[in-house]
Amino acid sequence: MNGIYGSIIREGLWKNNPALVQLLGLCPLLAVSNTVINGLGLGLATILTLVASNGLVSLLRKQIPDEARLPVFVLIIASIVTIIELLMNAWFHELYLILGIFIPLIVTNCAITGRAEAFAARNPVGPALVDGLMMGLGFTAVLVLLGAIREVIGQGTLFSEAHLMFGESARHFTIVIIDDYRGFLMALLPPGAFIGLGLIVALKNVIDARQKTKLAIIENTIRAEAVA
Amino acid sequence: MKAIYSQIIRVGLILAVFAIVATSLVTLTEENTHDKILDNERQTLLNAINVLVNHNNYNNDILADTLILGSNKLLGTRETTIAYRARLDSKPIAVILTAIAPDGYNGNIKLLVGINYDGSLAGVRVISHKETPGLGDKINEKKADWILKFNNLSLQNPELSKWKVKKDGGHFDQFTGATITPRAVVTAVKKALQYFDQRRDALFEEAK
Repeated sequence: MNGIYGSIIREGLWKNNPALVQLLGLCPLLAVSNTVINGLGLGLATILTLVASNGLVSLLRKQIPDEARLPVFVLIIASIVTIIELLMNAWFHELYLILGIFIPLIVTNCAITGRAEAFAARNPVGPALVDGLMMGLGFTAVLVLLGAIREVIGQGTLFSEAHLMFGESARHFTIVIIDDYRGFLMALLPPGAFIGLGLIVALKNVIDARQKTKLAIIENTIRAEAVA
Repeated sequence: MKAIYSQIIRVGLILAVFAIVATSLVTLTEENTHDKILDNERQTLLNAINVLVNHNNYNNDILADTLILGSNKLLGTRETTIAYRARLDSKPIAVILTAIAPDGYNGNIKLLVGINYDGSLAGVRVISHKETPGLGDKINEKKADWILKFNNLSLQNPELSKWKVKKDGGHFDQFTGATITPRAVVTAVKKALQYFDQRRDALFEEAK
């Protein structure tokens, strides 16, 4: 697992996270990250599309002429999204009523074109599928985290309206973090999304910088010991 | 020079093939899901109507017993809307109107208003809105029971001058931090009742 797949997993979830490092797909990310459940909804729909589009682009990569690859990617992604939307509307109507609004947003997610171009078009199907899944998970993790931050600060709860996604039995999933909270509107409005995402990116950079210093110290010690 | 042209034509043709295959797949999916989707939408609409009017209280095919209403100031509509009529053995029971509150905090609030034949409200539901999450969206019955308090009210109960939020001296609660949204909904429901009041018999006229 430490070979190519290990590095794909690390890239997608952390090192090259689409939302935190590539800063791709911000339009839907900022728009629907006002609660955990909304974030999770968009995240799941994005994972599905990313895996399907990465797989298809990788399968067809020998047939896609280099000069016309971008229009072909757009065609593939737009068709996949439309087909997913139609199938969901027909066979999972309840789920469609909840996730339906997120699906058209995915077309505007350039992370999907980005992965088709940067990875799927150059790699075999297996790694391309894993890349889609991991990038999707990395994107979803940021969505859910940002959703949690905005939901707690904005309305003092977590997992509100979980029943929209998990059915009536999930109504009690809602956790009231701050009792009798008056709410902080800005966290729920677009500025809250920008500030929240900025803070998460900053946090990631701090963690990376710490890691680097630690590594440098270890290396120095090893070198020092070798000299001694 | 020739090589360039043949290259352009080759790429163009490949692109065309991709476009044809992709569009065919979408069309094929659309054709195979069309009826099912229509069916689902019908069922969803019927469920929404049955929330307002108990389905034991009527026995006509309510989705077929419709009346097309022109745009109207009292309903706040700018396009034609469909009214659904509930009847029990051709006796009028209730009508479901679409009303729009144009003065929400953030644009239009679309409502489904069910009115019993006697002029009392069968119920009100919000179909779509863009109000602020956590504040104005308490008009959604999934978030608060505010909208349920319209049940059984009419233009006489409370009296007409009390069809306002409490802040304006009326009967209806506003929300903490949000007055504009409930004010818009109360006004829209009042106007829908007035619309009904003016043309009740026309609204229940049997289709010819």
